[in-house]
Amino acid sequence: MNVAQQAFGSSPEIPLSMRGPAPTAVVVGFGFWLFLLSDIVIFAALFAAYAVLSGETAGGPNGTELFDKGRVLLETACLLASSFTCGLGSLAVQRRDMQWSFVWMAATFILGAAFLTFEASEFSSMFTAGAAPSRSAFLSAFFTLVGTHGLHVTIGLFWLLVMMVQVMTLGFRPMVRRRLFCFSLFWHALDIVWIGVFTIVYLGAS
Amino acid sequence: MNDHYDAQGEAPGISEHSGGGPRSYLIGAGFATILTLASFWASSTQLIYGPGVPILLGVLAIAQMGVHLVFFLHISSAPDQTNNFLALAFGIFVVGLVVFGSMIIMANLNHAMMPMDRLMQMQR
Repeated sequence: MNVAQQAFGSSPEIPLSMRGPAPTAVVVGFGFWLFLLSDIVIFAALFAAYAVLSGETAGGPNGTELFDKGRVLLETACLLASSFTCGLGSLAVQRRDMQWSFVWMAATFILGAAFLTFEASEFSSMFTAGAAPSRSAFLSAFFTLVGTHGLHVTIGLFWLLVMMVQVMTLGFRPMVRRRLFCFSLFWHALDIVWIGVFTIVYLGAS
Repeated sequence: MNDHYDAQGEAPGISEHSGGGPRSYLIGAGFATILTLASFWASSTQLIYGPGVPILLGVLAIAQMGVHLVFFLHISSAPDQTNNFLALAFGIFVVGLVVFGSMIIMANLNHAMMPMDRLMQMQR
């Protein structure tokens, strides 16, 4: 193997300084991964606030009285299934399979929207029961944490709609594939945050 | 493996050389479903010693997060994933510092504070 082959091939012995800049797909993926980790740090701060304040009900309703485990299980199932369809969608994108990409992206959208519907019905039933964010420190922390996650899911759904339109109009060009790839990372990360939410908030209450 | 990709490591979530196909997602969804159902069962059963339930829930949640990272986000400790793995390790470190730090500090403050009924008596 000559020097040129060593420098431009993929041999692991090439020193880092000789490998040249990383391809755009790697830079974009890594940058978005760093964003996701910092987003998870934001959630960590909200989890810490909830953990500290979860007992401070100020005589108002507590978690055991308010939370409906059946609905939380349905929400979890929706989000887990949408993470799965999102993964199958990114495989279809890798195959440049337009039809299946649309099928899986639409399934992801419907399951995400179902999750948001369940969450909205939970919030509205809590409001009618007098458990608004201003009732106690526990409820303020609860609505901030779960609401921030719901807001992320809402933004993700808008992003997914935009990506479906872009796949339709621009096709699978590298730029669109990178954006779809970032979307799937975002969606899987939201599912990981939800594991923390249902464990600490909903199951930890009983 | 694509030459284009291994110049400077791999982005997270690239599944092309981890077997590819839906297998990884199917395995991940299976494990995640089992772990989710296990934690919902553990929180409502009477079979487990009460004070042990939060620990069991924590273990199940961390296991499920690991399943999601490995089978959905395709994070591993492979040499071309070093950057992603180090960033993840730092993220976990910061999360642990924020969550457990806040809980320890606030528990200490609560412990150091005078009980509310005695505080009320002193104000009279």
